[in-house]
Amino acid sequence: MTQTTSRLFKPGLRPWLTSDTPQSRFQARCGRAWMGWLKLAENRLAMVGLGIVLSLVLVTLLAPVLAPYDPLAADLTKRIQSPNAQHWFGTDQLGRDILSRVIYGAQYTLMVVALVVITAAPVGLLVGTIAGFFGGWVDSVLMRITDIFLAFPKLILALAFVAALGPGLENAILAIALTAWPPYARIARAETLTVRKSDYIYAARLQGVSNTGLILGHITPMCLSSLVVRVTLDMAGMILIAAGLGFLGLGAQPPMPEWGAMVSEGRQFLLEQWWVSTVPGIAIFIVSLGFNLLGDGLRDVLDPRGGD
Amino acid sequence: MFSVLRSNRDGRKRARLFSGTGGSFIRLVFSLIITLFGLLLVTFLIGRVLPIDPVLAAVGDRAPQAVYDRVREEMGLNLPLWQQFYIYVSNILQGDFGRSVLTSRPVLDDIKRVFPATLELATVATIIGVALGIPMGVFAAVHKGKWPDHLVRIFGLVGYSMPIFWLGLMGLMIFYMKLGWVAGPGRLDAFYVDFIEPTTGLMLIDTLIEGDMDLFWNAVSHIILPASILAYFSLAYIARMTRSFMLEQLGQEYILTARVKGISETRIIWRHALGNVMVPLVTVIALSYANLLEGSVLTEIIFSWPGLGQYITNSLLKADMNAVLGGTIVVGAVFIGVNLLSDVLYRLLDPRARR
Repeated sequence: MTQTTSRLFKPGLRPWLTSDTPQSRFQARCGRAWMGWLKLAENRLAMVGLGIVLSLVLVTLLAPVLAPYDPLAADLTKRIQSPNAQHWFGTDQLGRDILSRVIYGAQYTLMVVALVVITAAPVGLLVGTIAGFFGGWVDSVLMRITDIFLAFPKLILALAFVAALGPGLENAILAIALTAWPPYARIARAETLTVRKSDYIYAARLQGVSNTGLILGHITPMCLSSLVVRVTLDMAGMILIAAGLGFLGLGAQPPMPEWGAMVSEGRQFLLEQWWVSTVPGIAIFIVSLGFNLLGDGLRDVLDPRGGD
Repeated sequence: MFSVLRSNRDGRKRARLFSGTGGSFIRLVFSLIITLFGLLLVTFLIGRVLPIDPVLAAVGDRAPQAVYDRVREEMGLNLPLWQQFYIYVSNILQGDFGRSVLTSRPVLDDIKRVFPATLELATVATIIGVALGIPMGVFAAVHKGKWPDHLVRIFGLVGYSMPIFWLGLMGLMIFYMKLGWVAGPGRLDAFYVDFIEPTTGLMLIDTLIEGDMDLFWNAVSHIILPASILAYFSLAYIARMTRSFMLEQLGQEYILTARVKGISETRIIWRHALGNVMVPLVTVIALSYANLLEGSVLTEIIFSWPGLGQYITNSLLKADMNAVLGGTIVVGAVFIGVNLLSDVLYRLLDPRARR
């Protein structure tokens, strides 16, 4: 099986991908994706970003293997050690290994990002496409609601939600999701407006496709590329807000090794034991830089209008 | 069709709070009222509908049922929801945000007291951001695709990616604790605090009014670090937008004409191109100013800056909902106000937008 596959594909894969006359829709799509990838791969900064994001995923999956110690195991005899051979990034005020805590902290960061995106992006997409597709009062009402949410600075609104819901990681995620969807609705609506009067939509309608079918099958795909760019760029912001909430003690609660909370815990030792706060802060910075670099590169590939 | 595309492209670059930018003034006012109404509705819902029992918060969980019922009635919580909302809105329109449990003063008085500190911080930060961001953006645009451009781009991306609370801590550690170049947290040295009468509430101006230069420089050394850290974010944004506006202008034909006429490159860049960029930049600057109110929450916590952000957060940690929601409304209203202002300014400054 492997032999036949390799004989079929290996020599022919590149011409198959770059063919001017694709034989199937699948081949055309793969070809498009390949060209996009080539363009993205040219952008060195975007590749760095992709590397960071992939490492984050890997670290999250392999945390139990990678972490040398239990992130929650306190050992007061080893409290606040400076970085050394046993503890590369030192230990914190309870003698926990900071490297292990940072590695496990990646799980929370990725979880926040994933859950917020899974909840906020579809909501924004749906609101935006429905508003743009139907127009009229539906549009007015939905966009007014969107405007109202846009009228709050994100962190402040998230703070108010957390205040009402109570501190905790789940509530922080919910609060961030509630503040994240409006820009997606805006983008989806703008894209919908540009395609809703196109011939292909009329053609599909003549074939008897329902409104739901049109929105989900024919309009939503057109919005995806802009949305992916925006979501990737926003992920950095989500990480920063989640870390900010954690720092304020409103997100993940101790002893969870969440990066923002770890920076906060290290505040009192800042002068003499700088590493306690510094290391998790650098982790937040690197990961959010990764998403920013990747999003910036993706924008150049997927959304030529947005570029300079 | 074309107009949709164009307004869409426009919208990418400008404040998008008011979708009726092409519409009339009445439409703008209508939009403003709806948005403000929504602001109140959202805060009301956060305060009343979400699962924290305000009665329980006031009487404690060991109060007898009779007391609980009486307090509930006094707080108007047995009325239907729409009636509660009506009372809430009319109270707020009269400037009654309720009392803060924490300070036991009216929330509005508290906010009036703390707001100038935030305003001062955000203003100084914006000045720094504009003063550095515009030249950086111009510089990047002129050297497009070469190393200065990449440098500015990376500098900006780093700014967008930096957790502000961490940057603040690092700044404090390096410039205050290790090097001693700037003063520490707070708006003045503790020793000086009682010397100053809050006239405007803006420390830099109050100290000048008193004519005490020692106090003034003390205030400067306190504000410079938090303002610079806050400024990094608006700086990154302003530089990026300046770059993209400048590139758009530098590709225009009048630039070519000016070059053909033999006008010096410096003059073309700084007078001809930048002159045309200033109008859209006003919107960008206004928007980043409003965003600094948000960034200031974490900065104020780090630098013990007695402003609105610190007020909201402290109230939040004590579950003082009146104060939290009052602060949220004020920040939201300022945000809306600044957006509206930038919209109006844009119309005033750009004759093409008036059509």
